[in-house]
Amino acid sequence: MSRLEAVGIDAGYADAPILDAVDLLVPDGKVTVLVGPNGCGKSTLLKTLARILSPSRGQVLLEGKDIHALNTRAVASKLGLLPQGPVAPEGLTVRELVSQGRYPHQSLLRQWTRADEEAVEYAIETAGITQFADRSVDTLSGGQRQRCWVAMVLAQETRLILLDEPTTFLDLKVQVDLMDLFASLAHDRGHTLLIVLHELSLAAAYADYLVMMKDGKIVSAGEPNDIFTADRLKHVFDLDASVLRDPVSGRLVCVPVGARRRVLEAAQ
Amino acid sequence: MTVAAAPSPVRHSARSWSGVPVLLAILAGLFLLHIAVGAKALPLGTVVDAFFAFDSKDFDHVIVFNLRLPRAVIAVVVGATLALAGALMQGVTRNPLADPALLGLTSGAAFAVVIATSVYGLATMALLPWIAMAGSLGAAAIVYIIARLVPGGATPLSMTLAGASVSAFLGAVISAIHLLNQETFENLRVWLTGSLAGRDVTMLYYVGPPMLVALLAGILLAPRVTVLAMGDDVAQGLGVRTGPLKAQLLAVVVVLTAGAVALAGPLGFIGLVIPHVVRLYVGSDYRWIVPYAALAGAAYLLGVDIIARVAIPPREISTGIITAMIGAPLFVHLVRRRTR
Repeated sequence: MSRLEAVGIDAGYADAPILDAVDLLVPDGKVTVLVGPNGCGKSTLLKTLARILSPSRGQVLLEGKDIHALNTRAVASKLGLLPQGPVAPEGLTVRELVSQGRYPHQSLLRQWTRADEEAVEYAIETAGITQFADRSVDTLSGGQRQRCWVAMVLAQETRLILLDEPTTFLDLKVQVDLMDLFASLAHDRGHTLLIVLHELSLAAAYADYLVMMKDGKIVSAGEPNDIFTADRLKHVFDLDASVLRDPVSGRLVCVPVGARRRVLEAAQ
Repeated sequence: MTVAAAPSPVRHSARSWSGVPVLLAILAGLFLLHIAVGAKALPLGTVVDAFFAFDSKDFDHVIVFNLRLPRAVIAVVVGATLALAGALMQGVTRNPLADPALLGLTSGAAFAVVIATSVYGLATMALLPWIAMAGSLGAAAIVYIIARLVPGGATPLSMTLAGASVSAFLGAVISAIHLLNQETFENLRVWLTGSLAGRDVTMLYYVGPPMLVALLAGILLAPRVTVLAMGDDVAQGLGVRTGPLKAQLLAVVVVLTAGAVALAGPLGFIGLVIPHVVRLYVGSDYRWIVPYAALAGAAYLLGVDIIARVAIPPREISTGIITAMIGAPLFVHLVRRRTR
């Protein structure tokens, strides 16, 4: 069963088509990671699934209904989105930022309630930012800031969470901590996550379901154990790399061969 | 999903309506003082009496109601609307330098009024607000189009530069008309510096109701401005229909700016400075910035107008000159504070 599904969607900006008849079932309660070379359409797919962009053909189904037939607020109460590189207004405190996640649950008549307060506290705790809750977001480090945004999406209380490159520009340790948080959201708390990632080894390590895109199409999808191979990396990314299994974690990692190595081989 | 059951102290409302009574008290004090000072200084007691025990034979009471009260009310309305419009614009454009004057809306309104009155000889007061509205909307459109044409699109920087250029251009055209058309211009000379002196109170009857509606709409829309200030994608992800919201906010800002210009001429710096001052106290959530900016803007313009009236007796300085003389250094101070 899947709450979020793309059925034969074409999409893109204005007259530049990017997605070409994409079908995707996002498995419930799992971490799905979307990878692909720059410009392959992975962000476009994420935005179309989040109803930011409209497909020119095909449908996005949210709980079986056409997402574009639902209103923005109804979508926002079922699906949370963290876009790429969001910027908080200067001086906004962490708690204020996280509180914005309650927006879809509020209206002119239904103002701030105990339930909102509890959702915000839960989000702050889960994202591990309790100790900065009253500081202003722009005084925090990149990793802490990203946790604040994740907390904002958590405060939205949606099963589905879509994240566009949430680990870009962060230190490796911070990336790993964030991925651990995402994995725990899916496995311990029942969220369904769809994440666009750049880091291939991180994608292979954390994805329950890995989706590889190229030129606006999904070329490979499945468990990393089955599809994360040197052949596919060559085909999708035009990357010469070895795929190895780390003996400690049992996870797959990719090691780029690089031009210098190839030159040495050629010389031999 | 499970939600932590432990109830938490409601710290969210720490920044709340608690400052409103304080600001209202300051506002009331300045309001009475504003009425009391002037060519004939009135004791505050007389001013209060005029409100609560009006005596039509008492000349002082007549001064309060016929001469001074309209000006004080106009100061409150104009100060509140310009500050609120500035706060909304700063949120929507994610630009700390946004302000009806800096983005060309004020000069657009002034330009339209000048053209209508001096070139076409328009005399009907009732039409003036509409003309001002068309002018500020037109200027906003031009500024936005210019900013979009710049490589990189409508960024805070390109918007500010386009606004400054459009304002400068419209200002130059106004000056040219001024030189060619001295006579009719004499009537507009004081108004164009931004003045509350001798304003016709009937204008308030025309622009007051729509401005009040826009003011309330601005306060109601304020929480969404915070969401919008986090970027379009984030806002849409949270369920905000960004296109319609921006259109509503533009309408609010245009009505407020045009109304303020029709009432008091192009006053600068209030929309720019007041929201920044307010931020120091209430933080960055527009839910609080917007209503507090309205109150603080009203108090600020009352205070400025008191100075304008008492600084060089028996004459008075144009209010717009004082707002700029106080506003500019205050703004520089705020910028320095932020960058430190």
